[in-house]
Amino acid sequence: MTVEIDKAGPKDAPPPRAPETIKAIPVRHYGRWVAAVVVIALLASLVYAFSQGKVNWGAIPDYFFNDEILKGVGKTVWITIAAMALGVVLGVILAVMRLSKNPVTAAIAWGYIWFFRGTPVYVQLLLWFNLGLIFDYINLGPIYQDEWSDFMTPFLAALLGLGLNEAAYMAEICRAGIQAVDEGQTEAAHALGMSHAKTLRRVVLPQAMRVIVPPTGNEFINMLKTTSLVIAVQYWDLLQAAQEIGQNSGAPAEMLFLAAAWYLILTSVLSVGQFYLERYYARGSSRSLPKTPFQRIRANLFSFSNRSAGGVGTS
Amino acid sequence: MTAMVKAEGVHKSFGAVQVLKGIDLEVAPREVFCLIGPSGSGKSTFLRCINHLEKINSGRLYVDGELVGYRQKGDKLYELKDREVAAKRRDIGMVFQRFNLFPHMTAVENVMEAPVQVKGESKAVARERALKLLDRVGLSDKAGNYPSQLSGGQQQRVAIARALAMEPKLMLFDEPTSALDPELVGDVLDVMRGLAEDGTTMVALTHAMGFAREVGDSVVFMDDGVVVESGHPREVLTNPRHERTKSFLSKVL
Repeated sequence: MTVEIDKAGPKDAPPPRAPETIKAIPVRHYGRWVAAVVVIALLASLVYAFSQGKVNWGAIPDYFFNDEILKGVGKTVWITIAAMALGVVLGVILAVMRLSKNPVTAAIAWGYIWFFRGTPVYVQLLLWFNLGLIFDYINLGPIYQDEWSDFMTPFLAALLGLGLNEAAYMAEICRAGIQAVDEGQTEAAHALGMSHAKTLRRVVLPQAMRVIVPPTGNEFINMLKTTSLVIAVQYWDLLQAAQEIGQNSGAPAEMLFLAAAWYLILTSVLSVGQFYLERYYARGSSRSLPKTPFQRIRANLFSFSNRSAGGVGTS
Repeated sequence: MTAMVKAEGVHKSFGAVQVLKGIDLEVAPREVFCLIGPSGSGKSTFLRCINHLEKINSGRLYVDGELVGYRQKGDKLYELKDREVAAKRRDIGMVFQRFNLFPHMTAVENVMEAPVQVKGESKAVARERALKLLDRVGLSDKAGNYPSQLSGGQQQRVAIARALAMEPKLMLFDEPTSALDPELVGDVLDVMRGLAEDGTTMVALTHAMGFAREVGDSVVFMDDGVVVESGHPREVLTNPRHERTKSFLSKVL
């Protein structure tokens, strides 16, 4: 098309003069300069303080890929994934129960969320661990029988403590996601003759995922950090490994730096995964491009520990 | 000949508010039936009752000779199961004011969805038919676009194709052009005109009086939950007998 227009135009006519570009003196933001100087000065004094401290920096790279540390990282990742899986599956079930028209299931789901969201996760972990004081045996009839102390291993206590707590949060996230889908979508699906189940699976849930995925990513990152509490049930994780090495090598503070660095690496990896998942579920709905992974990691690093919701005492 | 839609004393209330106060009307097969009236007149509620998106409180409503939402045995009414209601809705296409396309599916996927999921058609067959339907509404080049990449008029035409994919015996239009920019209305009305020419039975709520006059076989004016006036479009729209019809038409024409 444009080619046609160019041909039609007079060939020897002078090209139209571009209007003169405005050259104005920009507004000076002196306040920004002052703020930048103050912040840099504060940062520099912090760095100086640490450089004066008796920190044995060399100990960190020495132990960074230590076998015990790597084993701890593996254990931390494992309990994070296991607890999150339990939380998501149970959370979806609880959300559907809570939204169902059956008043009994709705009330039970409400009660579950009320209890597990209303008590600190640290207390819940201790409770699971100390149930052995109440029960001597576990007896599930013909399915399973054992002594309680053999049954409730540190891993199981950590899994139940973290996973059941997480389910309460996931239930609320899923419920919000399902309710965020426009009612017209359900009506359109019903008008086409789709059943309730098909409507939920084909129309409502795929759209709810767009609302559910971002907070779930946050929950995942948060879970990774919350697993540092599993010392309460004697589950051996990254933090435990770092502390043991710290006591034996005489560099306890340095090993905590090391643990923090590992947590940062893991949460950063999770952030990247979250980005691609979000972009997948945003298909067809967002017109503006999602942020790049780099921007997202940066945002996450800066807002690293800003969760203060409900049961999580330490982050 | 059985009426496609037959309403006998249909009442509907939301809580204490009576929305429909005894509607009696009949829609013949192949008829283009236009419902007009001010907003809040209950015409939209009535339309939604026809495919049981709303339950009526009293009266009887039949589609193609069968009771909507209930089964009658002797003098007792039994509510239909969700599955049975869904089965009946397959034969009734509905087009919404706000399109309600599935935003996570492309245009062609929107049209294929019900034939594949509800009728169990194979994807290849459904896709081929979907592409033909999109061609029929003039959107063969937009098959791969998501709804957010289409204009309102294009979205509404995809929505019509989606409803047609189930090969309904009755099409319901709930103010299909009310949410559209004026210059996009024509495209949608053209598609509806084409359907009328092909003999599709249609119940259309519309503010497009020109469409009602040219294409409609009969026009019903509703106000405050009752049918005020009905008849051939020429009579109702040009020589209304009732004061309320006159004052409504003077405002919209």
